Amino acid sequence: MNKFITAYYNDEEDLLKGIKMMKSNGVEPLDVLTPFPVHGLDKALGLKRSRLTRVAFVGGVVGGLVGFFFQAWVFTKAYPLNFGGKPFFAVPSFMPVTFEMTVLFAAFAMVIAFFVHNKLGPGAKPVIHDERVTDDRFLLVFDIWEKDEKEVSNIQMALTNAGAQGIQLKA
Amino acid sequence: MYVSPIREPLIRGNKNYSQVTKDILSPMAGKPSKYWYMGIALAGAAALMGAWASYETVFNGIGTWGLNKTIGWAWDITNFVWWVGIGHAGTFISAILLLFRQKWRTSINRSAEAMTLIAIACAGFFPLIHMGRLLLGFFIFPYPNTRDLWVNFNSPLLWDVFAISTYFAVSLIFWYVGLIPDIGTVRDKATNKIRKAIYGFLSFGWTGSARHWSRHETISLVLAGLAAPLVLSVHTIVSFDFATSVIPGWHTTIFPPYFVSGAIFSGFAMVLTLLIVARKALHLEDYITVNHIESMNKIIILTGSIVGIAYLTEFFMAWYSGVEYETYAFFNRAFGPYAWAYWIMMTCNVITPQLFWFKKIRTSLVATFIISIFVNIGMWFERFVIVVTSLHRDYLPSSWTMYKPTLVEVGLYVGTLGLFFTLFLLFIRVFPVIAIAEVKSVLKSSGENQKHAHHE
Repeated sequence: MNKFITAYYNDEEDLLKGIKMMKSNGVEPLDVLTPFPVHGLDKALGLKRSRLTRVAFVGGVVGGLVGFFFQAWVFTKAYPLNFGGKPFFAVPSFMPVTFEMTVLFAAFAMVIAFFVHNKLGPGAKPVIHDERVTDDRFLLVFDIWEKDEKEVSNIQMALTNAGAQGIQLKA
Repeated sequence: MYVSPIREPLIRGNKNYSQVTKDILSPMAGKPSKYWYMGIALAGAAALMGAWASYETVFNGIGTWGLNKTIGWAWDITNFVWWVGIGHAGTFISAILLLFRQKWRTSINRSAEAMTLIAIACAGFFPLIHMGRLLLGFFIFPYPNTRDLWVNFNSPLLWDVFAISTYFAVSLIFWYVGLIPDIGTVRDKATNKIRKAIYGFLSFGWTGSARHWSRHETISLVLAGLAAPLVLSVHTIVSFDFATSVIPGWHTTIFPPYFVSGAIFSGFAMVLTLLIVARKALHLEDYITVNHIESMNKIIILTGSIVGIAYLTEFFMAWYSGVEYETYAFFNRAFGPYAWAYWIMMTCNVITPQLFWFKKIRTSLVATFIISIFVNIGMWFERFVIVVTSLHRDYLPSSWTMYKPTLVEVGLYVGTLGLFFTLFLLFIRVFPVIAIAEVKSVLKSSGENQKHAHHE
């Protein structure tokens, strides 16, 4: 089992200020749980820009290529059918399906990557530190596993100084 | 963030975050009201009529419909296009308005997108049932088979299969990804064990971690970027079903933009029809304010005017082209035996929405409700006019005839209306109708009291 210290703020602006203050004291939370996306929080925590956009791009490219070349293969190799003398390799008429496949693959690749990367999914069992996180609390979580008493009291002190509320030690 | 002081607040009342949660979850709590039961009984009855009509169609064939040799497409495709169009508002609100950073979308995107999904399901029902043999519906997909045959990738009807299924799938994941944090809220607020377990499962283990939120924001933006061209492509492809044919009145290059704006037009009308009732019944007047209604009415004026110009352009081009079939098709629309349908369409789509230029009318809930129903009717007739009046008198006068729907066709249409309202009524009991987290994120910059000292 992990050991945590949790503390919360009631307002996102206080949260951002608090994190800044703690950082200057050399204390950084393991995670911050918020009821909605707080702007500026990624910066305050030093989170990098998500690379999920690249997954979407690759998915889109794959989808587009699969869509286009599958149609081309069907009409030129697998079973060429003559539709009123129109060309077999009819690029313009392949475009709608190619486009739809691009969007479909990009969207699904990205969303699946999102779930896998975040370890979210049906049946995931999260640790719920505070049920009001999804309501109105901005919760800071500190991992104190393998931390000695001095470091723990350091964190608690930093939290008190930064005006955090409900400081709790959870084993 | 700077917000102009003269701008009206998006969320009324001095709300704090927990108040927002409570208000939005309240329609899901407790027993449903008697109006809800009345609504679902009525909608369920209509859906049952659809079930009867489906039974007739499947077991006796589409001979039970009023189609004939000249008019091989009528209510089925009319209803299909109408429903797909209604779905467009949801995606427009959640994707295009997100890309434009319109904060007012946060109060209406969830329910509008649920409407999209239900409307596409209703739309998809018509191509399926019109095949007569439902069990062979999977023939429309390209799959390896013993006949070594593939589908015709040159046909707009096949493009439709891809467009509609992609649209449904992408809308569904977009909607569900947005719903996950709110399901987390429902889970954490649940007091009953079974309820907690179900919503816990559906919430995919959402915790509200800053990392998850950061990625959530990224994928919402990219999904919006993908859904925006997608929604434009869907009705474009639907319009190709007509535009690539050689029937006078269908064979026009104006169709894609004309259909797309018509779709958004009708979709917003349906959103208004539903939300004006829902905001009152669910006591969400503080969240879906007159401002929201007014903003939507402005979109109705814009798209309605585009549709109006498209009608006039079509008419002008029919004359200007000098093609006698084309000219006749349009003359016949306006003054032929189906002129009544044409003039209903003109009145409901071009004339009445222009009343929204008056601020008094576009901020009046009663007037908006009535006009939104007019638009719904007008847009249904638009598709009917395009489909039936173009077909019933084409090149061969010896084949000219009239079309009348049978009770089975009416039943199918009423059935999808019933299905739509049944599913919507179930939706408001099962999921939060407003995106809780998104409303909270705009509360500070756009709430009534921008700097409130809450949580005391």
